[in-house]
Amino acid sequence: MDLFEYQGKQFFASYGMPVSPGEAVTTVDDAVAAAERLGTPVMVKAQVHTGGRGKAGGVKFAADIDAVRTHASNILGLDIRGHIVENLWIEKASDIAEEYYVSFTLDRSAKKHLGMLSAEGGVEIETVAEETPDAIAKIWVDPVHGLTEDQCRQWVLAANLNPDVTDQTVELLLKLYEAYTSGDADLVEINPLIVTPEGKVHVLDAKVTLDGNAGFRHDLAPFDATQPRDEREAAAHAKGLQYVGLEGSVGVIANGAGLAMSTVDVVNQVGGKPANFLDIGGGANADVMAGALEVINNDPDVQSIFINIFGGITRGEEVANGIIEAMNRVNIASPIVIRLDGTNADEGRALLEPHLSDRLMMAPTMLEAAREAVALAEGAAS
Amino acid sequence: MSIFVDENTKVVYQGLTGSQGRYYGMLNRDYGTQVVAGTNPKKAGTDVEGVPIFASVADAVEATGANVSCVFIPAAGVRSAVLEAAEGGVELIVVITEGVPMHDEAYFFNKLKTDYPGVRLLGPNCPGLISPGKANIGITAGHIAKEGGPVGIVSRSGTLTYQALYELKQKDIGCTTCVGIGGDPVPGTSFIDCLAAFEEDPETEAVMMIGEIGGSAEEEAAEFIAANVSKPVVAYIAGLTAPPGKKMGHAGAIVSGGKGTAQAKMDALAAAGVRIGQSPSEAGDIMDEVVAAL
Repeated sequence: MDLFEYQGKQFFASYGMPVSPGEAVTTVDDAVAAAERLGTPVMVKAQVHTGGRGKAGGVKFAADIDAVRTHASNILGLDIRGHIVENLWIEKASDIAEEYYVSFTLDRSAKKHLGMLSAEGGVEIETVAEETPDAIAKIWVDPVHGLTEDQCRQWVLAANLNPDVTDQTVELLLKLYEAYTSGDADLVEINPLIVTPEGKVHVLDAKVTLDGNAGFRHDLAPFDATQPRDEREAAAHAKGLQYVGLEGSVGVIANGAGLAMSTVDVVNQVGGKPANFLDIGGGANADVMAGALEVINNDPDVQSIFINIFGGITRGEEVANGIIEAMNRVNIASPIVIRLDGTNADEGRALLEPHLSDRLMMAPTMLEAAREAVALAEGAAS
Repeated sequence: MSIFVDENTKVVYQGLTGSQGRYYGMLNRDYGTQVVAGTNPKKAGTDVEGVPIFASVADAVEATGANVSCVFIPAAGVRSAVLEAAEGGVELIVVITEGVPMHDEAYFFNKLKTDYPGVRLLGPNCPGLISPGKANIGITAGHIAKEGGPVGIVSRSGTLTYQALYELKQKDIGCTTCVGIGGDPVPGTSFIDCLAAFEEDPETEAVMMIGEIGGSAEEEAAEFIAANVSKPVVAYIAGLTAPPGKKMGHAGAIVSGGKGTAQAKMDALAAAGVRIGQSPSEAGDIMDEVVAAL
């Protein structure tokens, strides 16, 4: 799960890294009050789960309280790449002498942790990687041995930073690696990591993605609460369903992530637009199916529903009974096309047979089911 | 022949006393797999439907000669379960559990590489593997697979693996071994490991590969195929139309920074001489042609 900048900074601070004092607010008045407490000048920064905030006008320097009021008014409600700004971070402004870049993430090919450090921070690292790849010093860290101080020092030296801040940077990067591993982060990125005119190394921005699977050893609830989810995603999340909202009109329900992805693909391939990705997991009992149908049913854009189930251990009869029971529980607004295959598919289809109508149809293959569902969605729209 | 597991494989289930472990462990036994032991330090000396429970994998290996472990332990305990299995002396550790933290996976993957280089890890978050007619370890429905050959299957996705097995069976095509490597960021066994094993296996004459978006495992497999695989390979890649930046169910299935797209993977595989199906069924049809031409 992606953290807001201010959450990322609090996360870093909890591992002893130097960050600027600041306050998270949601209103203009609170922004002003925060700036008065912190003392101007301050930065007024939009908190959104996307990049490009600066270019979109979401990050402003405020020399005095009037400027704080103006900027906070302008930034709250701003649309940054489809994300509406609801949270601001008011932070004591820092003077900058130098800007660096640093990150840790998993290198999936090497199956080791990859650290990247560059003296050319403050810009998009993808640009640096493309134009001057030598400007990025890379280090691969074996998760078993961790990052040693010697390794870290070699890495810092290889990045050609200001030699005056080597010791401070080494100390900070060791803490960053600790935050990355002990904090169960998928990604930690600081861009820029700055050196102040007084020669202090300081975290000026924070991008942190935490591993949702590590919830058993960290309290992720505060971060989970601020995840950007549309209403459909929030409802599905509450039911424990794997759901991703898309833009189309064909609701998709499938069992297994791969099959769900494949179903979305097939709907697109036959010229339709899927409304969502929804994986109900390996089984397909009535409770799960009813929950999935409710979520899809509440999406006003959905014009038809494509249920794509492959029975493995779960038998066709169980799947069919689940669908029938779920349909009795939920009043479904859109017609449904079912493709049922795999274990005992014939028995399952026989159970569904008496329930078939122009609201509930069956198709023998994924492709045919997709075509029917798409035709129904288009028919409803026209 | 088959790869990794066969009729002589003896399996210990870590978590056999739990509901999932018991359910699938018994299904695996019904299939014909030699289910020789379970572990649970608190229930050593008891049994699950006749399968003896030991305090540790080491005890189970000593008493029963188990050479494979299958892990159904909840995510929080997987790291220590894997290390216990490696220490206990099995050759293959199959981790079915989903939701294992990335840092745990990265840790035990590298720990095994360094300290237990002879131990193979499969998963986490995988359906397991089946050598039809010989051994079924994990959560695959055994009866949807036809025994024999000539096709070997390796897949990142669970349900699509079943679909592949089923389609081949409908076409009366047998499978030597079907390996579900799982959709997590640090899979213990890679496409390449399986491709290399299938290339060596005399009974496997063609390979079906099922990939999905995210990471670069399929691209790496393509390079390996071009250089090292003489047998025909047919592939399907899920997630062609997945939007960038959205995780599609599997922790690893995400297109980020324009990398890991299905198209890039298909292009890389096609360039390596792999035939690509646009849907799982089309991949099945292509495999039918390939097998007919063998």
